[in-house]
Amino acid sequence: MAEDVAIIGIGLHPFGRHDELSGRAQGANALRAALKDAGVSWDRVGVAYGGSHDAGNADALCNDLGLTGLPFINVANGCATGGSALASAVAAIRSGEAEIAVAVGFDKHPRGAFNPHPRDWGLPDWYGETGLMLTTQFFALKTRRYLHEHGIGEDALVRVAQRAFRNGALTPHAWRRRELSFEEIAGSMPVNLPLRQYMFCTPAEGGAALVLCRAAVAQRFHARPILVKAAVVRTRHHGSFEVFSPALAAQQAPAPTVTASRAAFEQAGVGPRDIDVMQLQDTDSGSEIIHIAENGFCEHGEQERLLRDGDTEIGGRLPINTDGGCLANGEPIGASGLRQVIEICTQLRQDAGRRQVPGDPRLGYTHVYGAPGVSGVTILQR
Amino acid sequence: MPPPPPLLACPELLRFEGDRPHLLGCECAACGEVYFPATTSCTRCLSSRMKDCDLGHEGTLWSWTIQDFLPKPPYNSGETPENFRPYGVGYVEMASGIKVEARLTTADPAALRIGMPLELTVIPYRVADDGREVSTFAFAPATSVRKGIHHG
Repeated sequence: MAEDVAIIGIGLHPFGRHDELSGRAQGANALRAALKDAGVSWDRVGVAYGGSHDAGNADALCNDLGLTGLPFINVANGCATGGSALASAVAAIRSGEAEIAVAVGFDKHPRGAFNPHPRDWGLPDWYGETGLMLTTQFFALKTRRYLHEHGIGEDALVRVAQRAFRNGALTPHAWRRRELSFEEIAGSMPVNLPLRQYMFCTPAEGGAALVLCRAAVAQRFHARPILVKAAVVRTRHHGSFEVFSPALAAQQAPAPTVTASRAAFEQAGVGPRDIDVMQLQDTDSGSEIIHIAENGFCEHGEQERLLRDGDTEIGGRLPINTDGGCLANGEPIGASGLRQVIEICTQLRQDAGRRQVPGDPRLGYTHVYGAPGVSGVTILQR
Repeated sequence: MPPPPPLLACPELLRFEGDRPHLLGCECAACGEVYFPATTSCTRCLSSRMKDCDLGHEGTLWSWTIQDFLPKPPYNSGETPENFRPYGVGYVEMASGIKVEARLTTADPAALRIGMPLELTVIPYRVADDGREVSTFAFAPATSVRKGIHHG
């Protein structure tokens, strides 16, 4: 049995738009906050893993925090950058490479949808030039097929967004803090039908950081350390329905989310029914619906009823994205997966204020998914 | 004189029988898995023995959306946000079972339903510097391409 690792410090630079700040400055703010939370100075950190997609090398944070000579590994793993940094930091502590490790991410994206270049993804130029290489298209195509196969109505897409903005309104650091009515969401501008404006998250800015150490010594740093029971990253298999696919195989295979989730539950020795609070990747409403089932929290097709009956609300049986998720916080790619972990730590520490999940939650879960088919799952325990 | 063949954004993807386009892909010589566009190795069985194959010209709509905003580059239709015309996009299931992503000739949600028969065509999507139209592959509702020949 591998030794347990604990999170002893969390730090967030709120997501949104910060015109006066570089992405790196937002990452440095988050990192300083996490170190302060852990009561650890930067020169005690033995290894750091960090990433940003559009805001430069994460290693440049050393120019802000101090040139201590530590190994700093730049991580570039799309939307799973934060999850990958965390999984690497956990492995470094388990291996004995370092006593204290940092996982950090930050970003600052241009406005509007991402515009990937085909060659960066091993794809021919015509795929982008003729208008087929858009992440929003993929999410819409996957959602349409999923709703069709499992008999889910489009109202469910509205309810996911409604809950996200309702929770965002309760979260002091959220970007979108205004509740939206069913009608506002259902009548918002079509982006890629069946998905509309308020059903998509927005590329944004922000920073997030974690400080970790061996669980055995964690109480020295923080009164309420959070144990990392599992931190798993998995990529796609042949046949799974992934973004940037000019074609899909005749036989479908389970998504990387399914394999990452199963491996995480196995590592942690718990099951979906044991989880008290969860963060599921909600790039758009449809993704969250798919991810509830892919992570094992319900059967395919059950989501419409869960959403309608309030089961996924803060006071419900499956509290999902209690801080409003990506929909209310936006998605700075490098930081997004770590924001999820920070929200779960906040819930397990009972520090979540008006959005606190009742009933003394003990186990939390995070799931990130992104291009070109990579998922990161963590299971956290107070 | 017959009209000149259309200028294509992706000529390597198509083969013409008369004026009827067929989609080209490849097939794994070891396990038979089909790929579009043609590739050099099989991600299912890890073989690198691939042979060309014809995916045909008919399929059914497997999923669809409408592209309702002007994509950023590398999209190169030359349109502006003011004159952008939304277009349909779908995955089309071909005879072998592979689902090919393609533009659709209609952007009307009322005209699209999963399972409807479709037929391959080429449509202009931009004008080149020399004034010639550049076309790409797309799928159209089956009866609108060749009324009376293949579908009644």
